[in-house]
Amino acid sequence: MNDVGREPPAGHILLRHREIPEIDNLEVYRQNGGFEALRKAVTLMGPDEVTEEVKTSGLRGRGGAGFPTGLKWTFIDYDRYPHYVVANADESEPGTYKDREIMEGNPFQFLEGVAICAYAIRAETAYIYLRGEFWQIAESLDRQIEALERSGFLGDNLFGTDYSLRISTHLGAGAYICGEETALLESMEGKLGQPRLRPPFPPSFGLYGKPTVVNNVETLTNVPMIIKHGGDWYRNIGTEKSTGPKIFSLSGNVERPGNYELPLGTTFRELIYEHGGGIPNGRLIKAIMAAGASSSLIVANDEALDTKMDYESVPNVGAQLGSASVIVIDDTVSIPWLINKTIHFFKHESCGKCTPCREGNYWMVHLTERIAQGQASMNDVELLYDVASQIKGKCLCALGEFSIEAVLSGIERFRTDFEQVVAD
Amino acid sequence: MNVSDGASEVTKSLSPLSSKYAREIEAILAKYPPEQRRSAVMPLLYLAQKERMYVDRETMQEIGEILGMSTTDVASIVGFYSLYYDEPGGKYHIQICTDLPCALRGAEDFLVELCERLGILPGETTKDGLITIEEVMCLAACDNAPMFQVQSSQGLEYYENQTVENALKLIEELRTMATRGPGHYESIRSDSDE
Ligand SMILES: Cc1cc2nc3c(=O)[nH]c(=O)nc-3n(C[C@H](O)[C@H](O)[C@H](O)COP(=O)(O)O)c2cc1C
Ligand code: SF4
Ligand code: FES
Repeated sequence: MNDVGREPPAGHILLRHREIPEIDNLEVYRQNGGFEALRKAVTLMGPDEVTEEVKTSGLRGRGGAGFPTGLKWTFIDYDRYPHYVVANADESEPGTYKDREIMEGNPFQFLEGVAICAYAIRAETAYIYLRGEFWQIAESLDRQIEALERSGFLGDNLFGTDYSLRISTHLGAGAYICGEETALLESMEGKLGQPRLRPPFPPSFGLYGKPTVVNNVETLTNVPMIIKHGGDWYRNIGTEKSTGPKIFSLSGNVERPGNYELPLGTTFRELIYEHGGGIPNGRLIKAIMAAGASSSLIVANDEALDTKMDYESVPNVGAQLGSASVIVIDDTVSIPWLINKTIHFFKHESCGKCTPCREGNYWMVHLTERIAQGQASMNDVELLYDVASQIKGKCLCALGEFSIEAVLSGIERFRTDFEQVVAD
Repeated sequence: MNVSDGASEVTKSLSPLSSKYAREIEAILAKYPPEQRRSAVMPLLYLAQKERMYVDRETMQEIGEILGMSTTDVASIVGFYSLYYDEPGGKYHIQICTDLPCALRGAEDFLVELCERLGILPGETTKDGLITIEEVMCLAACDNAPMFQVQSSQGLEYYENQTVENALKLIEELRTMATRGPGHYESIRSDSDE
């Protein structure tokens, strides 16, 4: 049943709407093999077998942390019910716009992935938590879910078995922190979107305190293909430890920004120059952020450009792959201006629950503003570095850690930019 | 199911939101386990905001009563999330993304120029009370900067790859529509669709 050794398809695996027009229409999706994977899972495979196949595929979470998806599903506590699946469609990291394209273009594959995940962890209820701005997407997902219920792909007794599933959408309301999985769960419970202390993690204590899997939209959209073609087939794509395709959201100073679905392990150079068309207006590339505003700044030298974009290689140039939101920065951009921008974002989005992040970002906004405007001395730059270093490792959630990435790496790797602005 | 108990309880109390939107409220409550009504607070706030683009104290109290929450708890939700408003602003909020990726593609100049042409500063509302310009964080449309969304009582609409001239034209259309009354919103669609 596994398509082992078979070449991956020539076209897209996730962004299939780019080849198949109207795949957002249920009939068209079905004509192209839609819901065969769900049928196969529910009628021919046990839940654990499904999880096992996902483990074999090597799929890792596309929401940022790269955690092995199948492994996460095995952490579900099977002594307590009900179980929940929550799809993370909060997508608020500056530079990230891939989940939006999936849900707009190829929504049924995403919904099928949600359903297969729910079956695997024996959940009969799943929610999709979307950022509030995705209001229209939520409305169309609602219509698509209704269509699935009418066609018997959702609802009671799927494919004549005793398995039943309901999926609902839930809109956030403009808070980046709600992308963090425990803040998201709090928000879904009708509370302020503030992270929980962990452990316990969602697979043991999730939505309403029940065992819950939280997965990113892109992660789940991979799942139908893995069940359909087999985990071994999936491993043919990407690198040994970072398997599968990844959607790279390319933005900033680049000729052709956009989403590019490429195998994990593609180099920065190929993405930026071959697919993205290089840097416009005859300028030179200066820096790269690989994970949106939450990234450290990579010096865009030849070594960096030839680095493979996968979970293992990006750390070699002092950064993380994260959500693979690649922001290109050209040589006209001043790094002090840039870090003021990122800190402005994090100060705005800090949920205020813990002091280092709340106060630290407050101070960093003031410092970076003064520095960027040329009203500071090198002592202020050192002070900024100090404040950022003190935040490190002291925050309740990763937002606090994200906030200092660009600041520390900016000062360390682009020192002359700071010397220039404080000098004049 | 308990859901219908909840709904009848809701429709009984004849406060404004519940009488006007009984069916919608019922459908929202049905999404969550009966003992987890509080989960409905965010969708109910959206429902409340449909009318006037902000939620007043009485409505917060009503939502609290429906869900078994205190008014203060509801108000704290309104305060925490940036898409809820507790006081009136312009009829249309034009929310321009000036976050890093968009800024690298000229979004800051776009904001400044648009505000200049309207004679207001970012965060302010035009004299006719119709248009509020706001600077917002990434809206997940970074490849199509400059971009903004228009938030009104009818919902949110994305406008991508914009120029100042485009935006001014849209604002004129919004103004015309506002004087003609509601129901004409549908005639304006963002060019990003399809
Ligand atoms: C501040 C913060 C924001 C996050 N935002 C998102 C987001 O918008 N979407 C997402 O899928 N994951 C986001 N994450 C990661 C989630 O916490 C979680 O790891 C992820 O949803 C798990 O799904 P995955 O294993 O499929 O990647 C965020 C994490 C942090 C700390
Ligand atoms: S690190 Fe920041 S965002 Fe995270 S819990 Fe603390 S204050 Fe909130
Ligand atoms: S940075 Fe503007 S939409 Fe993402």
